[in-house]
Amino acid sequence: MSILVNKETRVVVCGITGKAGTFHSNQCLEFGTKIVAGVTPGKGGQVTSNIPIFNSVRESVTNEGVNTALIFVPPMFAAASIMECIEANLKLIVCITEGIPVLDMVRVSVALEHSNSRLVGPNCPGIISPGQRCKIGIMPAYIHRPGPVGIVSRSGTLTYEAVWQVTQQGSGQSTCVGIGGDQIIGTTHLDVIKMFNADPETEAILMIGEIGGSSEELAAAYIKQHVKKPVAAFIAGISAPQGRRMGHAGAIVSGKYGSAESKLATLRDAGVAIAEVPSKMAETLFSIYGK
Amino acid sequence: MNIHEHQAQNLLKEFNVPVPFGVLVASGDDYQATLETLLFDKICVKAQIHAGGRGAGHFKKDLGYGGVKITSSKEEALDVIESMIGNTLVTKQTGNGGKLVRKVYLVEPVRFSQEYYVAILIDRNLRRPMLMLSREGGVDIEAIADRSPKKLHRIIIEPSMGLTVSQIKELASQIRLTTEQTQELSNLLLQLYALFIAKDCSLIEINPLVLDKSGHFLAIDSKINFDDNALPRHPDIVKLRDIEEENPNEVEALQYNLNYIALDGNIACLVNGAGLAMATMDLIQYHGGQPANFLDIGGGANEEQITHAVKIILKNPNIRGIVVNIFGGIVKCNAVAQGIVNAARATLLSISMVVRFEGTNVGEGKEVLKSSGLRIIFANDLDDAANRIVNLCK
Repeated sequence: MSILVNKETRVVVCGITGKAGTFHSNQCLEFGTKIVAGVTPGKGGQVTSNIPIFNSVRESVTNEGVNTALIFVPPMFAAASIMECIEANLKLIVCITEGIPVLDMVRVSVALEHSNSRLVGPNCPGIISPGQRCKIGIMPAYIHRPGPVGIVSRSGTLTYEAVWQVTQQGSGQSTCVGIGGDQIIGTTHLDVIKMFNADPETEAILMIGEIGGSSEELAAAYIKQHVKKPVAAFIAGISAPQGRRMGHAGAIVSGKYGSAESKLATLRDAGVAIAEVPSKMAETLFSIYGK
Repeated sequence: MNIHEHQAQNLLKEFNVPVPFGVLVASGDDYQATLETLLFDKICVKAQIHAGGRGAGHFKKDLGYGGVKITSSKEEALDVIESMIGNTLVTKQTGNGGKLVRKVYLVEPVRFSQEYYVAILIDRNLRRPMLMLSREGGVDIEAIADRSPKKLHRIIIEPSMGLTVSQIKELASQIRLTTEQTQELSNLLLQLYALFIAKDCSLIEINPLVLDKSGHFLAIDSKINFDDNALPRHPDIVKLRDIEEENPNEVEALQYNLNYIALDGNIACLVNGAGLAMATMDLIQYHGGQPANFLDIGGGANEEQITHAVKIILKNPNIRGIVVNIFGGIVKCNAVAQGIVNAARATLLSISMVVRFEGTNVGEGKEVLKSSGLRIIFANDLDDAANRIVNLCK
């Protein structure tokens, strides 16, 4: 099994008629993802790339049995789109959109707590499970290969780098989850590590973090207590100056909290193998785990 | 987005939070005329720059005091204003270069009996706004958190309820306020939270909030930051932006949706994705080099944006070489390559460039660079790229 997604996942794309929505829907379809519906208010009844378009998420659930959403809606409207998916009781919501106001995400978080939905993102590359031929996101498909390594990361392209290294070492990925670089995200490192730990197909875990916040520290505490599978980690931003926002809103360090040093020390203490440099993420994992 | 203290104080006033009387003077104003309008003689002169630690800072042309000076007469105030404006203030937040002072805020000094620290921000783990209050105002919050974490009271705000009076009353009893003071603090904090929500703030900090000699609360100094993502719905806040306080290259980069931050080193970086950009900088440092900038060209950068990106990084006179690290996903390597070629031709590029391409259209991208006639060194992978550029820039 994979985590979060599988062959039964039926996806609606919100914002499917936008440029990014159309392009990536086609890419996902090509990979094998069951994209069965699109939503663009006012364009219900139309068809794009053989996918029926509905005016609302609820209609796509009724007509196409959708259980998962992929969101490309522009930032000022994306929170409303996530809310709509929560209201339609979707199991999984993957939000790619970058730049959603933080207070919008505060309201979304409260709604999520009172729901059965899980949000991945926003500001993330999405989820891919190569073995299940399911890609719900914007990552380039060809760098992936089915295999035993679970990858979780806050970053987009740095995740691709990790995936590529794992593939080039002759191994592959069970599931890769980009959790997103924003301050407020739906699914954390800890959530994904728990799922990887319970997933029999995931034999080893590669975790990629960044300066700022305490998501990696919380995951480390859990790993120390509960995870017997080999775990390797890389933390980006050791060279970043303090108090500056490095693209990801999450990547702000102030004082010693959230610094790369503090994260690395906590992870080491939890028995996690640390990649000193980003070019050795896979190498570090395979030094403690025989492929 | 950052604003100045005087702008933050005005916003507080707009939301009925009591602040001391103050006026702004800027370079070129008639300082004497402004001083004559003031009804008080003792004046606190405060340098307005986008950085904290002003009081403990020092001027490059040394004045014997920092960016906050209480003067006892208008004559002295005039002298201080003239000495501060046009001078460069260095604080622990400005870096060694300091910041040029263009404006000062003239405030009526307040006699007070107790200082507090108040802040509202987002707790990212709990995903809710949080109010923090300490009886140890006046010093910086890291010091309070380190020295006496128990004295830093926290209220987690439930977004659907907002900050509640009962939460404030409980806090007030912990810091031993009278009934009248509790009432006043309650009004003040509710207004502060209203401001936080209404304007999509990412931080409101009052430090210090004081109880003055007559027993009333007054916000002596404040700092407000705004969520950049929410600025499209706050045109009034966007107007408060002081572009002169920002790095001109960073301002230009923003116009092209590029995320650029100037740094002190000599190796320019051009990368797609914030995480990969940080990792590239880390690797340069690991190999003994120093990055000259952070640059994330973003998720969907096109040829034109890349051209501007290269031009912007070339404006830094310190750079000795450029490393390009692209893992194409949405971004296509050939578009990046064409952007580089265009910029190189326009600027007569003469410094070393190491390029690492992977992902979407990698072959086409390398071909564009090879056939351009530019002297470009191709790297096999991330490590190879960092290693080569560091060696070239030694």
